[in-house]
Amino acid sequence: MTTDHIQARFHLDYPEFTLNVDLELPGRGVTALFGHSGSGKTTLLRLVAGLIRIQDGRLSVNGEVWQDDRIFLPTHKRPLGYVFQEASLFPHLTARGNLEYGMKRVGNAMDGAALEQAVALLGIGHLLDRRPHQLSGGERQRVAIARALAVQPRLLLMDEPLAALDLKRKQEILPYLERLHDALEIPVLYVSHSPDEVARLADTVVLVEQGRVRAQGPVNELFSRLDLALAQDQEASAIIEGVVLSHDDDYALTRLEIQGGHLSVARLDRDIHELVRVRIHARDVSLALDEPGASSILNILPARILEMREIEQAQVLVKLCTGAGEKTPLLARITRHSRDRLRLHEGQSVFAQVKAVALMD
Amino acid sequence: MKTIPKTLTALALLAGACAAQAETVQVAVAANFTAPMKVIAEAFAQDTGHKAEAAYGSTGKFYAQITNGAPFQVFLAADDTTPAKLEDEGMTRPGTRFTYATGTLVLWSADPALIKDGARVLGRNQFRKLAIANPKTAPYGTAAVEVMKALQVDQMLAPKLVQGENIAQTYQFVSTGNAELGFVALSQAFKDGQITGGSAWVVPAEMHEPIRQDAVILKTGEGNAAANAFMDYLKSDKVKAIIRSFGYEI
Amino acid sequence: MGFSDADIQAIWLTFRLAGLTTLLLLLIGTPIAWWLARTRSRWKGPVGAVVALPLVLPPTVIGFYLLVAMGPNGPVGQLTQAVGIGLLPFTFWGLVIASVFYSMPFVVQPIQNAIEALGERPLEVAATLRAGPWDRFFSVVVPLARPGFLTAAILGFAHTVGEFGVVLMIGGNIPGATRVVSVQIYDYVEAMEYGQAHWLAMSMVIFSFLVLLALYTLNPNQRRF
Repeated sequence: MTTDHIQARFHLDYPEFTLNVDLELPGRGVTALFGHSGSGKTTLLRLVAGLIRIQDGRLSVNGEVWQDDRIFLPTHKRPLGYVFQEASLFPHLTARGNLEYGMKRVGNAMDGAALEQAVALLGIGHLLDRRPHQLSGGERQRVAIARALAVQPRLLLMDEPLAALDLKRKQEILPYLERLHDALEIPVLYVSHSPDEVARLADTVVLVEQGRVRAQGPVNELFSRLDLALAQDQEASAIIEGVVLSHDDDYALTRLEIQGGHLSVARLDRDIHELVRVRIHARDVSLALDEPGASSILNILPARILEMREIEQAQVLVKLCTGAGEKTPLLARITRHSRDRLRLHEGQSVFAQVKAVALMD
Repeated sequence: MKTIPKTLTALALLAGACAAQAETVQVAVAANFTAPMKVIAEAFAQDTGHKAEAAYGSTGKFYAQITNGAPFQVFLAADDTTPAKLEDEGMTRPGTRFTYATGTLVLWSADPALIKDGARVLGRNQFRKLAIANPKTAPYGTAAVEVMKALQVDQMLAPKLVQGENIAQTYQFVSTGNAELGFVALSQAFKDGQITGGSAWVVPAEMHEPIRQDAVILKTGEGNAAANAFMDYLKSDKVKAIIRSFGYEI
Repeated sequence: MGFSDADIQAIWLTFRLAGLTTLLLLLIGTPIAWWLARTRSRWKGPVGAVVALPLVLPPTVIGFYLLVAMGPNGPVGQLTQAVGIGLLPFTFWGLVIASVFYSMPFVVQPIQNAIEALGERPLEVAATLRAGPWDRFFSVVVPLARPGFLTAAILGFAHTVGEFGVVLMIGGNIPGATRVVSVQIYDYVEAMEYGQAHWLAMSMVIFSFLVLLALYTLNPNQRRF
């Protein structure tokens, strides 16, 4: 048995819904369970938490069996943290009371270090004496996340923790989640139907469709697979990780080093050598056969066409790779007319003009 | 249902006299008189053409209702004090009050073997509960207490008494066996001249004040031909026979 | 005029009966309410209907059947005799048991409503924070459903105080054991002692008003029935 993996196998038959999964997930980092509503991703998360009990299931987390033919650990005996979609704080307790609720029951975690760390990570120190109804939606969700962390779980489960919040609140919480991503040693299962959230937070993506796993892999790989719905969306994009190389305060630009190349982006408030993740939408990439001479576009990358797919009557999605070793994927959305006019074909070398780079924070 | 001979001449005459103007009389009837009243009302309708509509209930409740304007014309009470009280208060038509029935008290048990030698079962005191009607509100209860005093068992039996709010409830306590025996009305345990079941001791009338049940025409009954006819009918031999067949004296 | 000794005895008895009944009902009614609020069993309908029966049945029907059932030939009576407690009618404990049955819906339904309104989520949250089933009940359900429990206790108490028909049927009007206030008032009315009846009846009206006032003040938004 591997000890640094989560193995999950569940088969569940409801009259109008069937779930059938057999997964092996990394034992650390953020794994997004991604899919449309009704795809079964929340059900899967609840199965992992033991909130749904079925006979036909097997689950082990980093070597520990939580469920098999003979064993079923009830939820309260599983060392996990769970963040629900809507704010689920106990209304009869203060924020501090909510945090301590789980800690008291874990027993040895009352040293306060876990609490302090969770409070600091989520920035809720000033909210501790308030009651849930005195908190904003975003604050409530931050307390709920801290509460789940304060029990020092060995697996963190998050069920669309941002879905119930408006855009502004989402923007308020996302940085905290990114800090979590960097700071946590434990595996996180993150249910979401938002490509944006997944792009920002996930290391691994499990694409769930109609109760089955459609695809699984590293986030940048999955986002640029033309056969998946992700790439055919209006928001289709490639995810690129890079390191901060230098800042140009004069022009307010930051230069990133990506695998086998460079990107210039608007000035980032990040330290040199820090790892950042950017997202380049397919609709922001255009292609040229020759290297453009004078252009207003900052980022022009040499690339090779890997694959093309018509997605609508007028549109073609092009998957490219760039950089030395051609390891950095890139997507471009062009018209069918342009494809035929430029006579584009697979394997061809082109220049990708990147009009905009979306930062992840 | 009892069949009533229809050939009594006097009644036939009475019927003939009143049939021309059939009226309805509303009668408030003591609950213990429910069964005989049903028979009487039917005979009354057949013999006179008038209609008697009866409401059954406790005498105390009827008193409260009558003094507060209830639309009864005739009142058949379970005692003689309540009609007298109404008379004093000017709620009745003077001179109409009379005793329509006298109740007979019986010590009764659902167990056929319990009461074999009359009152001595009380002296032996080998039972758990003895049911009586509430002596404060029910004449049969008052009479029962008098009987126990006369037998000098009242002190001894006091802890074993359970009270029904009325004579019907007292009968229920005994018939379900929750009280092994109790003082009830003979009319409850009596049909066609004999005790219907269990065992009983019919209490001699001289052991207690007579349980007189008086009837009276109320103020509201003035000018109601059916009310007069009904009172007369109650006094007829035919009705007296009916009343006796239910275990009352008259 | 004022209260006679018999009145005071009846009042004290009534409060003892109502208090004990309420306590027992909270103990018995809570698991029933819990089950009714959460089960998907096909028995939910029948059980809920049985609990609600006293709401629609005339008290005399309930009283009569209790009298028969607890009597020497009834199933309950045979059981109580077999285990050596004797027969229950005409005893204080007989009244307690009858009241528990009679006031059951007034306790079960507010608690059931409160638990239903609570939903599954707070219990799931508590489970993910390591709380076991009993722990979840006392640390989450009880504090969150507190208004429901309070309503249940007040209604159960008040309804038992106001009970009459059932007591009449199985009580036997024994001073200090089964002669409660409502029966005492009935006797006064039957005996045409209206002055005494007014004293007790008015006290009852005032007491009931105060109880309901407390209920509506403490719990302004709680669903009651």
